[in-house]
Amino acid sequence: MDRKTIQDVQEEIISEFEIYDDWMDKYNYIIELSRDLPVIDPKLKVNGNLISGCQSKVWLDADYANGIVTYTADSDAIITKGIVSLLIRVLSNRTPEEILDTDLYFIDRIGLRQNLSPTRSNGLLSMIKQMKLYALAFKTKYGSKREQNE
Amino acid sequence: MSFDVHKIREDFPILQEKVYGNPLVYLDNGATTQKPMPVIACINDFHRHSNSSIHRGVHYLSEQATEAYEQARITVQEFIRAKHSHEIIFTSGTTASINGVAFSFGERFVHAGDEIIITEMEHHANIVPWQMLCERKNARLKVIPFNDEGILQVDKLEELIQDKTRLIAVMHASNTLATLNPVKQIISLAHRYNIPVLVDGAQSVPHMSVDVQDMDCDFFAFSGHKMYGPTGIGILYGKEKWLDDIPPFQGGGDMVDVVTFEKTTYNQLPYKFEAGTSNYVGAVGLGKAVEYLVTAGINDVADHEHDLLQYAVGRLDNLGYVTLYGRAPQKTSLVTFTLRDIHPYDAGMILDKMGIAVRTGTHCAQPVMRHYGIDGNIRASFAMYNTREEIDALIEGIQKVKTMFGG
Repeated sequence: MDRKTIQDVQEEIISEFEIYDDWMDKYNYIIELSRDLPVIDPKLKVNGNLISGCQSKVWLDADYANGIVTYTADSDAIITKGIVSLLIRVLSNRTPEEILDTDLYFIDRIGLRQNLSPTRSNGLLSMIKQMKLYALAFKTKYGSKREQNE
Repeated sequence: MSFDVHKIREDFPILQEKVYGNPLVYLDNGATTQKPMPVIACINDFHRHSNSSIHRGVHYLSEQATEAYEQARITVQEFIRAKHSHEIIFTSGTTASINGVAFSFGERFVHAGDEIIITEMEHHANIVPWQMLCERKNARLKVIPFNDEGILQVDKLEELIQDKTRLIAVMHASNTLATLNPVKQIISLAHRYNIPVLVDGAQSVPHMSVDVQDMDCDFFAFSGHKMYGPTGIGILYGKEKWLDDIPPFQGGGDMVDVVTFEKTTYNQLPYKFEAGTSNYVGAVGLGKAVEYLVTAGINDVADHEHDLLQYAVGRLDNLGYVTLYGRAPQKTSLVTFTLRDIHPYDAGMILDKMGIAVRTGTHCAQPVMRHYGIDGNIRASFAMYNTREEIDALIEGIQKVKTMFGG
């Protein structure tokens, strides 16, 4: 099966954003993307899944099946939610190895790096860290399973 | 000479900056203010012509630097109308001043079972040091509540005061509700029970005339960077009697009289509280900032900022979807608010893109946010160089936020 690589998806996002010269349109698109977020089960919106930035909250959960990690999330701020949906689009449904090896260069290229600066305290930076931690944990726990299945 | 905001603006070079191609609208003055040319030039000149460690050298430059430092102390003393210049201690800022008192006063006067009273509207800097003291000494912290209008319930104070009450710490002006607290009333009540009062003046000194003798506070703390001076310098004012009675909060050079390995005797006030090489450049810069404020006319500044506040409140109220926090009759020049169904962070991001600098979040006053059941809000805080046009820009920005996020 032809499966898009993480890089393919990052390039796809970059080209989607290229059509917007104006920051307003860019942010409007992010607001639109916030609706595509695979939303975390409300029952899982608990403190244990909360990634606490100082300003906006992000809840993240991860599942692992057949060697693949899937993420669901939510945020109380819409811009954060939109960016979270992009992160999930790139990193969800991937093997732990793919997730761990990824350099998320698309954020810089679509001009959203400031949203990831630690001073913004919006939880996104910690979210990326948490996504990778989940991948690492699954890799450590189930490490060789996928290889065995294949 | 009447107050001319446009003339004032010319003194602040940063106000000419563009942010993402838009003129900067700087409304985050509660966090820190911008610096006027005289302050910038003074710091530059000091480094070029006068820099030398103070109180140490016999040489010419050291004497010059020491003189400038001590002159700055007198400038500050006159500005807040302290009785003696040795009641003015240079610290790194309000936080350091309060922590210093919490430590030293606590060491001397607070014991197990004693009580400290603060208020529900305090900045974390006037909560946490007292909590740390209470933990250290097994003492208790009590809190004067405020009502939903943002007015301190001073009538509750008397019942909170006990034989065991050792100190009351209260903010002069709130950094979230803008409330100007009736500190004179609180102090006179406290003094009837012989309880000293520390006033956090971080948000009041830049905006109004302060007279510590008339107020009769025992300690008063504020920061240089919120009043057009440099960062890393602040003031602890204390009545001579208290400063004599409490131990130093830091040991080191310059604060000593005689040092032997058996015992050290301390230097006289104010040096007893200024251990190590102090931030003398900052102090000199702060002195210049005070001069700048005095020349601009602190009462004219207060009038101008009051006008901005009234204008901002009126325009925000007219929008119909804005909740303002804090409706006290006496206020300093800031507003905090939320937009219906819009997260403050989303609003702040869009305003930022328009070149409008506001602060969003809890403003280091989580108990205030908790009082209203919110996670945070948006703060626009004004300084002498802000204009009505900038408030118009803020309102336009908010309207844009509203169209983007609905709500």
